[in-house]
Amino acid sequence: MARTEPQSLRQRIGEHASERFFWDRTAHARITDLVGGTSLAGRLGELAGKSVLVATGKQLTTALALIELDGIARRLTILPPDADPDHFAPVVAGAGIEAVVLDHASPADAALDLPLCVTCAAEIAGAAKLPAPTRETEWVLLTSGTTGVPKMVAHNLAGLTAPIARKKADGPIVWGTFYDIRRYGGLQILLRAALGNASLVLSSAGEPTADHLDRLGRHGVTHLSGTPSHWRRALMSPAIRKISPRYVRLSGEIADQAVLDSLRHAFPKASIGHAYASTEAGVAFEVIDGHAGFPSEFVERHRGGVAMKVLHGSLRIRSPRTASRYVGAGAPLRDEDGFVDTGDIVELRGDRYVFAGRRGGIINIGGLKVHPEEIEAVINRHPQVRMSLVRPKASPVTGSIVIADVVLKSQSADAGGELAQVKGDILKLCRDALPRHKVPAAISFVAALDVAATGKLARRHG
Amino acid sequence: MSVKLTIMDQMAQIAREHGKVLAPLRDDLVLLDSGLDSLGFAVLVARLEDRLGVDPFTASEDAQFPVTLGDFVKVYENGAH
Repeated sequence: MARTEPQSLRQRIGEHASERFFWDRTAHARITDLVGGTSLAGRLGELAGKSVLVATGKQLTTALALIELDGIARRLTILPPDADPDHFAPVVAGAGIEAVVLDHASPADAALDLPLCVTCAAEIAGAAKLPAPTRETEWVLLTSGTTGVPKMVAHNLAGLTAPIARKKADGPIVWGTFYDIRRYGGLQILLRAALGNASLVLSSAGEPTADHLDRLGRHGVTHLSGTPSHWRRALMSPAIRKISPRYVRLSGEIADQAVLDSLRHAFPKASIGHAYASTEAGVAFEVIDGHAGFPSEFVERHRGGVAMKVLHGSLRIRSPRTASRYVGAGAPLRDEDGFVDTGDIVELRGDRYVFAGRRGGIINIGGLKVHPEEIEAVINRHPQVRMSLVRPKASPVTGSIVIADVVLKSQSADAGGELAQVKGDILKLCRDALPRHKVPAAISFVAALDVAATGKLARRHG
Repeated sequence: MSVKLTIMDQMAQIAREHGKVLAPLRDDLVLLDSGLDSLGFAVLVARLEDRLGVDPFTASEDAQFPVTLGDFVKVYENGAH
C-alpha cells in the first residue's frame, strides 16, 4: 500500500468536505471548522516546536487540542484522566515539558508553574492565519500501571494511524467509544473518526451507562468500541436497546466467547471484531470470525507488516505500529530483534491461540499456577452470568485459593433457592472444564464489579 | 446445624466433588488420614468461612493447624463463639 506524504491531523480533516461533529455530554464542536479555525485563542504559534503537556479536563477540548497541535508541537504528552497529581512533576521532568494546554475542567495542580500556559475552549473561532505544520510530532501516552510513576510511551502519527484502513464507507459514520480518548484504546477511535470522515460521541467520566447509551442512540452511533468489561456493563442496561451499531469493537482485555456471543445476540446484524492492542504494542490484529482467541496462522504469517511470536508463553509483536521507546526511562521497549513483549500469556488449543491471562496476574495455589482469566471464561459460559472476577484468597493450607465474585444478568430476589441452584450449576461447569485446583472454593453473587478508569476489570493481586 | 455437623457435611461434599474416599469421621481421626488432601482442606476452610462466617486460621496469626478432626472442630467452635 503506497503511503502518502505525512500530513497533520488538521490537514487530514480538511480532506473531507462534509460537515461533522464531536459531541461530549455537555458540549459539541463542528470539527470541520478546525480547517480554518482554532480553539486555542490564536496562541497555537506560541506552542510551535515545544514539548507540550495536554492536561485538559474534558475530552472534547482534548480532541480539539490534539488535532490542532499535531504537526505543530515537537512532542505531545497526554495526561490521562485519573493521573495522580504526585506524578505531574516527574512527567514534566521526564518529557521535558515546556508548555501546558488546559481547559476549565483541568485538575487544579496541572498548571505546574510552567512558563507557557494556553487555554483550550470547546468553541472553534475563525482564524485569519494558522501556523503551517512543519514537523512530525512525537505523541506520548502514559501507561496505566497500578503503582509508581506511569511509563511514558512514545508513538508517531504514522504508527498510530497505520491500523486504520482507508476505505469508502457505505453511509455516514458516527463513532462512539466507552474509552477515554486520553488512553490508547480511545485515541485509536478519535483518530479513526478524525481520518475517516466520521462524527464522534465522546464518553464522560461518571456518566451513568444508561445516559451514555441514550446519548449514543440519539446521535445514531454506527461504530462503537470498548473493553469487554465496558460491553458487559452496557449489556446489563436496558438502554442497550437504544443503539444499533453496524460495527462493534472490543479491545484492551481478553474477549471471551460469552461476551462475543452476548453481543452477537444483542446486535444480530452487526460486524463484531475483537482487536489485540496495547499502549506499547499498538494494534496488532483484529479477529472478526466471532470466536475467542485468534487463528494460529496469525503467528506464522506476517500480516500488514505485523510479525508475532510466542516466547516463554507470552505473545511478542514487531510492527510499525508499536511504540518507538519509553521516554526518559532506561529499559528498552523492544528486544534486540525489535519485538515488544506484551506480557499476555497465550496457549495453543488446536489451530487457535487463546489468551490465558497476564504474566504477573498468576495466582499460586500450593505451587500450581492459575490465571484468573481462564476460570472467568468458564464461569462466564453460564447463561445467567454477566461477568465474573476470580481472585486469590489467603489460605492457611495452600497459601492461596481461588474464589469468584459473580454478577448475574438479572438480579431478581432469590426465589426458592434459585441462587443456590445457579451456584451449583456454575461449580459443575468449572468442575467439568477445569482441574480441581482451578475450581473456585467459594462463589459470591455481587451486584457489580469495579471497572477501572482504563475500562478494564479492576484486579487487586493479593 | 451444629458446627461439628456442618464441618462433617462439608467434608463429605468436598470428598465427593474431588473424587476422594473419606475415612469414618471420628474425633481422633488424623486429618492427614481423612482422605482429603491439602487442596481439599483449603476448600473446606473457605467453604466454612462462607457457612460459619469465620476463618479462625487466617483471623489469628498464631493459630496452629490442628492434627485431628476433634481439634479442628474445637478451633471452629471456639472461633464461632
